[in-house]
Amino acid sequence: MATFAQTVFILVVMIDFFVLASSRLKAAIAAVAAQGALLALLPLLLAPQELHVLHVLALSLGALLVKGIGIPFLLRWAMREASVSREVEPVVGYVPSLALGGLGVMLAFAFSATLPIPTPEKHPYLVATSLSTVWTGLLLVVSRQKAVSQVLGFLVLENGVFVFGLLLSDFMPWMVEAGVLLDLFAAVFVMGIVIFHIHRTFSSLDTGKLSALRD
Amino acid sequence: MALVVLLPLLLGALAFALPSRRERPLLLLAGAVGHSAGVAWLWARPGRGLEGWLALDAPGKVILATVSALFLASAAYAQRYLRLRDDRENRIFVGGLLVLLSALSVVALAQHLGILWVAIEVTTLTTAPLIYFDRDARSLEASWKYLLVCSLGVALALLGTFFLALSSAGPGGPHSLVVGELVAAGPSLSRPWVRAAFVFLLVGYGTKMGLAPLHSWKPDAYGEAPGLLGAILSGGITSAAFLALARVLQVCGAAGEGAFARQALLAMGLLSMALAGIFIVGQRDYKRMLAYSSVEHMGILAVGLGVGGAAGAGAFFHALNNGLVKGVLFLAAGSIHRSYGTKQVDEVRGALRRLPLSGPLFLAGFFAVTGAPPFGPFFSELTILRGVFASGHALAGCLFLAFVAVIFVGMGAIVLGVVQGDPAGCPERPGQEDGWGNAAPALALLAASLALGLYLPPSLRDLFTAASATVGGPR
Amino acid sequence: MTAHAALRALLQVALLVVLPPLLPGIVARVKARVAGRQGPPLLQLYFDLARLVRKGEVKSRTAGPVFHLGPVVGAAGALAAGLLVPGPGAPALLSFPGDLFLLTGLLAAGRFATVLAALDTGSAFEGMGAAREVTFASLAEPALFVCLLVLSRATGELSLSGVLGPALPAAWAQWAPALLLCAVALFVLALAENARIPVDDPTTHLELTMIHEVMVLDHSGPDFALVLYGAAVKLYVFGALLARLALGGTGRGILPGAVGLLAGLALFAGAVGLVESSMARLRLVRVPQLLVGAGVLSLFAFVLLVR
Repeated sequence: MATFAQTVFILVVMIDFFVLASSRLKAAIAAVAAQGALLALLPLLLAPQELHVLHVLALSLGALLVKGIGIPFLLRWAMREASVSREVEPVVGYVPSLALGGLGVMLAFAFSATLPIPTPEKHPYLVATSLSTVWTGLLLVVSRQKAVSQVLGFLVLENGVFVFGLLLSDFMPWMVEAGVLLDLFAAVFVMGIVIFHIHRTFSSLDTGKLSALRD
Repeated sequence: MALVVLLPLLLGALAFALPSRRERPLLLLAGAVGHSAGVAWLWARPGRGLEGWLALDAPGKVILATVSALFLASAAYAQRYLRLRDDRENRIFVGGLLVLLSALSVVALAQHLGILWVAIEVTTLTTAPLIYFDRDARSLEASWKYLLVCSLGVALALLGTFFLALSSAGPGGPHSLVVGELVAAGPSLSRPWVRAAFVFLLVGYGTKMGLAPLHSWKPDAYGEAPGLLGAILSGGITSAAFLALARVLQVCGAAGEGAFARQALLAMGLLSMALAGIFIVGQRDYKRMLAYSSVEHMGILAVGLGVGGAAGAGAFFHALNNGLVKGVLFLAAGSIHRSYGTKQVDEVRGALRRLPLSGPLFLAGFFAVTGAPPFGPFFSELTILRGVFASGHALAGCLFLAFVAVIFVGMGAIVLGVVQGDPAGCPERPGQEDGWGNAAPALALLAASLALGLYLPPSLRDLFTAASATVGGPR
Repeated sequence: MTAHAALRALLQVALLVVLPPLLPGIVARVKARVAGRQGPPLLQLYFDLARLVRKGEVKSRTAGPVFHLGPVVGAAGALAAGLLVPGPGAPALLSFPGDLFLLTGLLAAGRFATVLAALDTGSAFEGMGAAREVTFASLAEPALFVCLLVLSRATGELSLSGVLGPALPAAWAQWAPALLLCAVALFVLALAENARIPVDDPTTHLELTMIHEVMVLDHSGPDFALVLYGAAVKLYVFGALLARLALGGTGRGILPGAVGLLAGLALFAGAVGLVESSMARLRLVRVPQLLVGAGVLSLFAFVLLVR
């Protein structure tokens, strides 16, 4: 089981790289959806014995529905609605952002080994994956211009937080769902509406055009 | 406790259900009055609350009172404001404000860091559509930035909360996120995780609070939001984030990471003051100027919290003062904006003559917020400054003074330009005359601030000291 | 040397010499089938080679002796590199600690000679191709090094025969994620090194978009046959490397080893064909992105090993 979970973690990180390098929004959305679906596997793989089976199933199913299906669907809708298909000119180029992402991931993997966690043998890559994904998400939000890309970055960041939350499911089971699902659902839903309005007001989804307010 | 949390929530639901936009502002007033009554009741008899989840302690008392006073004034101001803006649908605005009030109360009462985080998240979500009240491109840009920056901050804060939870999971740890239990188990927390948690929570809640360099949403949101929302943002939400940081600091101090955390807070506070000074000088928009003033005051709060002890007591006093005075300034600035129809300093002159009530209030609010005696902020800043020097941070104290002086000059140049001179030739919007309906709430807040400056009851002084002692730190 | 070892060595050399031209045939066949066409015969490249060898040669007036060096060194380097990669069973015919570096060196020597030959024609066009080749190689070679380093570190061996030999199953058991990453990076590098889509398009006729093809435009007759043969051998080398890696150092006997290797090579060629049919060639500015991505993956695999 442990090796399988490890592979899932590595795949999650590889999706991080892919999203950092991809300019086509459709592919990136599909990748983030795949990442969400992978995350849905994790509760099943990592759940401690004492946790209720139904609870684990609900967590996994919830993650799949929200991260793997629901939000990618909303994003695709927003993308069609705003008729954007690719990120034109990121603030930080693809190669530099990929290199920065790689650097962050390596640091995360190198240093997370030094942080003490209660059950290290059970979660060898968990902390590192979580930190890498959070870092990737931050990088995406900061370096991309299109609103859809930024929301995508936020989703990746959320995924990272979710991964970390699994570490707590041993002793604080409700923290994972209450925190992440509410947060994620709400944030993206509101964002989706805002995106829609940005589209209607500017007839473009380029946050680079949001530059009337500056000093 | 139900009065401060559930009543606004119920009224908020009612506001969404109510078909008429004329009656809705009254719900706002009802919620505010009910909330104030609830706060008074809680001050008198704190009660037990929900064991381990919601309880009122000294820091919570200060912030809850600030929020309540500010909200009461804003609700009163909203009566005339929303009647003037009759063209706009205010269902979301009124409902959102009431939900926001409920969430802010939960922040003040929360003893569990998870609940605290959820409440802060709710404040972010409910505020974003409120900033978009004007439904134009600029307010949309502001609310998009606000939502994006703050949701990042909130997500990082959640990660920090997770870190803290993990730090309590070691052998002998409390396995909990209740502040009291974490503090009691202080030394058994895992220190690397506590330190990492503080960094993430400082970034997360610091974004919400608007500490530099995480303040980028602030000028836009404050500039575009309606005046009364600006008041609640700058006095209520930021104070709530300040309280959240104080709670985190409390845990960090107990775990032995206090020195590191306080250093970080002090540095960020001074940076905020410096950046606010840089951006205020030469600012051409008087509402954005207020935003940078808010960045400055968040910096002052962070410095006070970072130094702790007497300065910490000053910081809680200052949170109260800042809330009251920011209310004065934003409500007065909102009236000026309504009358002139522009926020550009170059096109606004003679507010003293055109707005005989709001103009002088704006001027008085300026003196109060920059720390001129005899208003409350003067005494709270003095307390913080004395604490800073007494604890041996001489350099920080000198920088503090220099930044306050720069900001006084920078704001003075703008405010005096706005209030003095001849209003003839400036743009004017018809039907926006000054009246007691929009000046009285600001006047009441100003009077409260003046009263706190002239006479600080010993019971309040003890409350601030108790709040600072709760957070801990050097005597 | 026992008879068994001699047989194995003979088989390795025979496969290395004879098999490579089959791989481009499989790739072309897979592409054609995906596109719904019949496609060229599997042995097409053998026919082409035979035809080219019989043809005469046309040579630019400006070209000197270095011009002939390119195809020869390219093919020879690839063949020599092939001797280092264990074929059916381990060890390979040529094996010593540190031959990982020789492998990359031989491939680099082949590329260097090809680039020199391209420059020797004096044509601006071929110079452009050479510049592109070298630019991308400067990104691909470090990544290849790191990949080999990962393999070496995971197995604790320093020679290719050791790395891809008996130590491999244990390494897979312990370091599966890292080796998987390494395999993915190696596959991307194989595509880049062999001028396949999405880095380069071997069938393109638009000179402006070509990389490898533009360098060998001037070669004809036997020289061009050598170029094609060398490219096929290079593809074989990478295919064998990946096949051995993915199959975890297949069986001890010659027969299972050979069957495994052949199956792996066929799979590799099929995968290349599928990639080529499902992707478009990347714009030139996007190619570094892909190569940096491969480099990041391999570095990531390395960090997983050493942390």
